Amino acid sequence: MDGAVAGDDTWTVAGRTFRSRLIVGTGRYKDLEETAAAIAASGAEIVTVAVRRVNLSDPKAPMLQDYVDPKKITYLPNTAGCFTAREAVRTLRLAREAGGWNLVKLEVLGPAPLLYPDMPGTFEAAAELIKDGFEVMVYCADDPLAAVRLQEMGCVAIMPLGAPIGSGLGLQNPAMLTMIKENVTVPFVVDAGIGTASDAAIAMELGCDAVLLNSAIAHAKDPVTMAKAMKHAVQAGRLAHLAGRMPRRMGADPSSPLSGLIR
Amino acid sequence: MPSTVTLTLNGESRSFEGPEDGPMSVQGLLVLLELDMRKVAVELNEEIVPRSRYTETELASGDSLEIVHFIGGG
Repeated sequence: MDGAVAGDDTWTVAGRTFRSRLIVGTGRYKDLEETAAAIAASGAEIVTVAVRRVNLSDPKAPMLQDYVDPKKITYLPNTAGCFTAREAVRTLRLAREAGGWNLVKLEVLGPAPLLYPDMPGTFEAAAELIKDGFEVMVYCADDPLAAVRLQEMGCVAIMPLGAPIGSGLGLQNPAMLTMIKENVTVPFVVDAGIGTASDAAIAMELGCDAVLLNSAIAHAKDPVTMAKAMKHAVQAGRLAHLAGRMPRRMGADPSSPLSGLIR
Repeated sequence: MPSTVTLTLNGESRSFEGPEDGPMSVQGLLVLLELDMRKVAVELNEEIVPRSRYTETELASGDSLEIVHFIGGG
């Protein structure tokens, strides 16, 4: 393996191939200008977007598409804020009509304050969406049985949380994520919980195919600089994974030869 | 003779003067609302209205519509 590996290192989800392994959200920014600048700095090729009612009293208000071009960046519509399978399915049918694409992020959430993935609702919605021709990237609990079942149902990416949405707590479950990953053959993405660059690097070092985050950039003091940091962290973590880390050992192992010392 | 159509739009009741020459269509409503049709999606009584059917889909008083678009989200 040589340095050239990074240049050819792509990943593919539902037949679409991407170079960037960082998926970013488009929410919680100060304004659409900052959203666009942060996405550009992150190098992301996929962004998550929400589906909401149009403000009918201000129909000419600028829209996300005016700032983030869906022809250049893949929009991944989400179901954030959906607490039932029915709401999630309705939302994504609307998204498909608004954008014309089938690739979606499904999340069915339990109540605040945890917004933890509601797995029965997630299974129900995933089945309905897959039957209806959607390609479902699914936000889920870090549950090895659920991950395999979602994959068997036909989900195109398994996306367990690292910590609750927007918590910025970092990966609370690296060992479990590693074990789930071993049984998943579709893309495996850590979604939610990333707080800073090192968290994203750790997710990639574990062997994830990509990382999905929003608040870690949008709620940083300087979102554009954090977006840049995340881009490098994901690349660094990926390279470290490919390089293969040294074994851990309990005790020292000197790097300098012990022979030839002056006496 | 235009008639008044009362619709529930994104959860709010709104009344419109229907066109002179027949019932109001989804297309007619979106024009009236000055919305960019390429950027929105419409659900009529909880059923998707495909863009290709905006012109032929007629609206009547009591209909409920959701008109959505993409916004920032994580």
